[in-house]
Amino acid sequence: MYASDIDLHAQGAAIFTDDMAEPAGLLHAWPVVSNIAHGLIERIDLQEALGYPGVVSILLARDIPGSNNIGNAAPDEVLLAEKEVVYRGQPIAVVVAESAAITRQAAGLVRVSYSELPAVFDARTAHAQGLHIAPPRIFSLGDVDQAWQACDAIVEGAAASGAQEHVYLETQVAVAYPLESDCLKVVSATQSPSMVQRVIARVLDCAMHQVEVDVVRLGGGFGGKEEQATGWAAMAALAASRVNKPVKIRLNRGDDMRWTGKRHPYDADFKIGLDKTGKILAYEVCFYQNAGAVADLSLAILERTLFHAGNSYFIPNVRATAVSCRTNLPPNTAFRGFGGPQALFVLEAAIFKAAAALNVDPASIQQKNLLQEGQQFPYGMQVENCRAQRCWRQLHESFGLPQRQRTIENFNASHSLEKKALALMPICFGISFTATFLNQADALVHVYADGSVSVSCGAVEMGQGVKEKIRNVAARTFSIDKVRVKIESTNTARIANMSPTAASCGADLNGQATLLACRQILQQLRTVAAGLLGGDAEPEQISIQQEQIYLNGQPTAISWNKLVSEAYLSRSALSANAHYATPEVFFDRSEEQGRPFAYHVYGCAAVEVSVDCLRGTYRVTSVSIVHDGGRSLAPAIDRGQVEGAVVQGLGWMTMEEILYDGQGQLLTDSLTTYKIPDIYSAPEIAVEFLDSDNPAGLMHSKAVGEPPLMYGIGGYFALAKAIQAFNPGWQAEAIAPMTPEKVLLALYECDC
Amino acid sequence: MSRFLLNQRLVEEQLPAGMVMLDVIRRHRGLTGTKDVCREGDCGACQVLLGKRLAGGLRYQAVNACLLPLGAVADGHVVTIEGLNGERLNPIQQALVDNGAIQCGYCTPGLVMALTGFFLNSLISDEHAAVDAVAGNLCRCTGYAGIKRAIKQLCQQFDLAGSSMERRIEDLVHWQILPAYFLTVNEMLAALPPHQEKASPDVVFVAGGTDLFVQKPAWLQAQPLNFLPASEGGIRHEGSECVIEAAATIEQLRTSPLFQQWFPSVAQDFELICSAPVRARATVGGNLVNASPIGDLAVFFLALDARLVIASATGRRTVALKDFFHGYKKTDLQAGEQVLEIRFDTAVAQSFSYEKVSKRTHLDIASVNSAMSIEHAGGRIIKAHLAAGGVAPVPLYLANTSAYLQGKAITAATVLEAVDIAQGEIAPISDSRGSAGYKRLLLRQLIFAHFLKLFPDTIYWKPLHVR
Repeated sequence: MYASDIDLHAQGAAIFTDDMAEPAGLLHAWPVVSNIAHGLIERIDLQEALGYPGVVSILLARDIPGSNNIGNAAPDEVLLAEKEVVYRGQPIAVVVAESAAITRQAAGLVRVSYSELPAVFDARTAHAQGLHIAPPRIFSLGDVDQAWQACDAIVEGAAASGAQEHVYLETQVAVAYPLESDCLKVVSATQSPSMVQRVIARVLDCAMHQVEVDVVRLGGGFGGKEEQATGWAAMAALAASRVNKPVKIRLNRGDDMRWTGKRHPYDADFKIGLDKTGKILAYEVCFYQNAGAVADLSLAILERTLFHAGNSYFIPNVRATAVSCRTNLPPNTAFRGFGGPQALFVLEAAIFKAAAALNVDPASIQQKNLLQEGQQFPYGMQVENCRAQRCWRQLHESFGLPQRQRTIENFNASHSLEKKALALMPICFGISFTATFLNQADALVHVYADGSVSVSCGAVEMGQGVKEKIRNVAARTFSIDKVRVKIESTNTARIANMSPTAASCGADLNGQATLLACRQILQQLRTVAAGLLGGDAEPEQISIQQEQIYLNGQPTAISWNKLVSEAYLSRSALSANAHYATPEVFFDRSEEQGRPFAYHVYGCAAVEVSVDCLRGTYRVTSVSIVHDGGRSLAPAIDRGQVEGAVVQGLGWMTMEEILYDGQGQLLTDSLTTYKIPDIYSAPEIAVEFLDSDNPAGLMHSKAVGEPPLMYGIGGYFALAKAIQAFNPGWQAEAIAPMTPEKVLLALYECDC
Repeated sequence: MSRFLLNQRLVEEQLPAGMVMLDVIRRHRGLTGTKDVCREGDCGACQVLLGKRLAGGLRYQAVNACLLPLGAVADGHVVTIEGLNGERLNPIQQALVDNGAIQCGYCTPGLVMALTGFFLNSLISDEHAAVDAVAGNLCRCTGYAGIKRAIKQLCQQFDLAGSSMERRIEDLVHWQILPAYFLTVNEMLAALPPHQEKASPDVVFVAGGTDLFVQKPAWLQAQPLNFLPASEGGIRHEGSECVIEAAATIEQLRTSPLFQQWFPSVAQDFELICSAPVRARATVGGNLVNASPIGDLAVFFLALDARLVIASATGRRTVALKDFFHGYKKTDLQAGEQVLEIRFDTAVAQSFSYEKVSKRTHLDIASVNSAMSIEHAGGRIIKAHLAAGGVAPVPLYLANTSAYLQGKAITAATVLEAVDIAQGEIAPISDSRGSAGYKRLLLRQLIFAHFLKLFPDTIYWKPLHVR
C-alpha cells in the first residue's frame, strides 16, 4: 500500500530535500553576495576566509569550467559575478566548508571592494533612462484613437501594484552528489528539473546525460522555484564537481527573502472610455514592469500581462503596451498568476474610476462588459466555451448578492465608525504556456508483475496535488484501486526535456501523457485478455471495471492481478512511455496574434470587507465564489487550490508590503516585518463550482492553480468602497497593497 | 549536560545549553518532521510539545523549537511529531487529511503539535480557543479554510468539558490523540535525578528566550547561561497593590483571574500580541527589559504607572517604569541586576483601555500601541496615565498629556486638547511599520478610541471628528 503524500505530511514523514539523511563527508556551500546594488568589482580577497578552519574551497567565476550563464530565456544572468554586480545579494563566490555555520562565518571574511555605479530601483525611473530588458510590446484590437470620439466618459489615471514575496515555507535548497565518470546527481527543490539539468551541464561543460536531477516534492513553490532554484542547484553542483564530495546548499529565511526575486511590481497608466450606458468602448494602457536586474522570466510574464489586459471583458478597441524595465533589484520572477494579476488590477482600477465618473456602481460596468461567446480577445483568439456570464449570474443567485448589498447599505447608514462594502471580481485566465513549445509532456508507466503501477512524469509536486490527480488518471484509466499506483519522483533520467511545473498546467500536460501511456498498456492487456478468454473474444470487447475483466460488459473470472501476471508470462509490454503536445496552440509574435491558449478558466467572486474607521483596520469577512473548474479530477484538491489562492491574492492586495531602503536593501526581510495572512485574517470562503465541461482539458477537467488568486483583487476595491462610504471626498488611488496605513490616511485624507 | 525525555527515549545531550532545540532535534537527533522555516517564532513550523512536572502534575505546552534552548528542557518531556505517530493517523491527523487542511505539508507537523497542545490544555472544545492555539502556525497554501474545517470537526468530535485536567492525558490516550506511552511519562520524569547546575554570577540570564534567541542565537551557544526558574504563582494581590513576578508568562497574565477581573478585555487584548507558543514562554520581565519602543507590555504597564523591583547582590531597589527606559534599547538596569517584580496600585485600573494597531491585526509588531488608565468620579478625571509605543525611541509615558488630563471634565473638548498635547510629546519615525505621519494620526485615533470605549455615555464620535 502506497501512502498518499497528504497522509505522510500529517505524520511529518514526508521527506523534503532538507530532510534527507546526510551522507558521510557532506560539505556545505554558501554564497558570498554583493552588498551594493550596482558597481564594478575591483578586488576579491579570499585570504582570510580560506584560512578559516573547516573551509575546503572558495569558488569564483574563474573556477567555472563551462559557461558562467544561468539565464534561461536570455543569456544575461551569471552564476557568479565576475566584473559587475547588478543587485544587492548577487552571488560572487561560493564558500565550501565542513558545516553550514563555517560557510557563513567564512563568507563574512571574504573582502570584496567595488567602485559603485548609479542604481535604479523603480520601473518608471528605469524607463525614463531607457533601461529596458527588451523593446516594448503592443497588443491591439480595433482603433482606439478613433474610439475616444464616441465615448461619453473618458477617465485617465495611474495604478501600481507591489511586489510579493513567495514565502514558500521550504527555502531554496539543493544537494549535489558526485558520481563516477564525471556524473552528478542533484536533488533540487525546483519546479524545473530539466532546466536545472541543462544549466548545470552548461556551467560544468558536460553533457545533459551526465547530470541527473531528482525532485521528490517541494514545500511550496508558487513560481518562486521555477527559475530561481536553478542558481543554487548550480552552485552545489559546481562545488561538488570541484571538490568531488557531496555538497548541500540551503538558504535561511532572511537570505532567501533578500536574495531571490518576487512578484513583479508594476506601474501603469490607463485611459478608459465608455458610453453613457457603461459599455466600455476603448481602453489604452501602458504597463511598466519592474524586472529587477536580469531578464529571468520577466518577458514571458510581461507577455501574459498583455494577454490578460482585458480580463473577462470584451473591449472593442484596445491598445495595451508593456515594457520590462531593468532595475537594480534581485531579478523578479514567476509568482502564481504570472503577470496576469497585475494586468487585472489596472483594468479594475480603471473601471472603478470610470464608475465614479458615471456615478454608478463598478459592478454595473463589470456586468455590462462581460465576455460572450464568439467575441475576440485582443490577441486574436476567439472566445470559446465562455462562462463569464454564467459565473456572474450564478454568483448573484447562489449567494443572494442583491440582498447582501442592501444589508450592507443599511448597515453603513446606521454605523458611523464601521463601514462595510462588497466588490465583485470576475476573472478569465488563459491556460497553456504562452511559449508554445513548452506545451508538451512525457510519461513513463510501468505495470509490475504483481499488478502494482509506477508512474513517472514531468510534474513536480509542491502541494498543488498534482501527484494525486495523476494517480487518479492512472487508476481511472486502468480501473484499479488508487493504492496500486505510485507516482515516482520527478527525475530527469526517467523523463527527458520536461517543461517546468508551472502555468497551472502541470496536471493537464502530464496527466494527458500519463493517460496516453496507460492506454497503450491497456491495449496490450486487452489483447492478452482476449487471448485468455479464447473463442471469438476481441480486444475491443474487453474492458476492466474495478479490477475485474469484462467481456462485452459481462464480468469474467479474470482479475487485474491474473491478467497482469498472464501478460508478463506471455511476453507483452507492461511499460509504456507517451508524449503529449497540446493541439492547436500557436502564437505569432510578429503580428501579436494567435491562439495561445488551449482554453480559458472563468469565475467570479464577491469579496466583502468591514473597515474599522476609527483605527483604519479592516477585515475581509467573506469571499463567495463561483468557479469554472470543469469536471474535477479531485474536487477536494481543487477547492483547496481556490481557497489558498484567494488568501494569497488577498495578502498581495492588503498586508503583504515589500519595502526597500534608498540603496536597494530589503527592509521587509523576515516573517516579523513581512506579514502574510494568518488564520485570523483569512476570510470565510465559500466556493461553488460551475457545472461545466471542458473538451480541451484532461478528462474534461480544468487547470486551477493560478486563476483564483485574482479573486483577491476584489479585496482592494471592496476596501476602497468602504473608505468612500466613510469619506466620500477621498480621491481613490490605485496603489496596492491597501495596508491599514493607507486605509487610515484615506479615511482622514482631509485631516492631515 | 541536559537530560530529558525525547518522545519515548531518555536522552542526555552534551551540546551547548544555548543551542536551540530545533537544531538538537533535526540535526543531531535526525527527527526531521519538525521543520526549520523562520527561526524567529513567527511561523510555528517547528512547534513541539514541552512537558514539565508542575505542582498540579505533568503539563504540556506547544512551543517553538527554534526559540527553545536545550538548557530549558532539562528534566522535561520534548515531544515531536514522531512522538505522536502511531500505526495509523491519529484523530487530529485524520481530521487535517479529511478536511483539505494539508497541501505542501511543510506547516503540517507544527499544526498537529499546536492542535495537540490545544487538546492538552483547553478546558472546553471551543473553536475560537482552538483557532487561537494554531494562530502562530502560518500556512501559505490552504488559506486556512481546511484548517478551520478540521478544527470544527475535532471540536464536535471530542468534548473537552467532560475531561478534567487531572485526567486529561488519560482521556487523550483513550481518544488515541496521544500514544499510550504518555501514561508512563510522569513516572519516567519523576525518576530522573534532580537537575543541578551551578550558575556563575556573570552569566546571561535567560527567561523565556523568545526574543533573545531571535536576536543572537549563535552568540548564545558560546555563553554560560542562567535559565531563570519559571513562575508558578505569578500574579498576586498584596494590600492595594498587584504584584507580578518578572518570570510570569504572558499566558499567565492573560488567564489570571485577577487580571481578568481588573482588565476584562485582557484575554482578547493579549491574543493580539503573540501566539500561544510564544505566550507560554515569553515573560513579563523579559518584555520590559527588552526595552523595545513598541513593547506591548511596557505600554500596558506604563499606563498603570507601574514600578519595577530590581534586585542585585547588594540588595533591592524600586524604580518607576516610566523612569526605567533611558533611550533606544537602553534601560536603568545595571550589570548584575535583575528585575524581580512589577507592581502597580489596583486603584489605577478603575478604567483601563489597551489599543494596538499593526499591519496584520494578530501577531505583528505594532505600528502604534497605546494604553490609558483613568481614575474618575462624577464626570471628572482624578488621575490619568497615558502611554504609547512606536512614537519615540522608548515605550513612552505621555507625561504632559497625563498631567493635563488630571482634574479635567470628561468631555470631547478635553479629549481634543489631550490629543494636541500628545502630538507635542511624540517623535515617531518612518519605518517598515508606517510613516511618521501615519503614526501621528494613528495615535490620535487610539486616544479617541480609549475615550470612546471607556466613556460611551459621555464621549461621542461626532464632536471628536472635527475636520
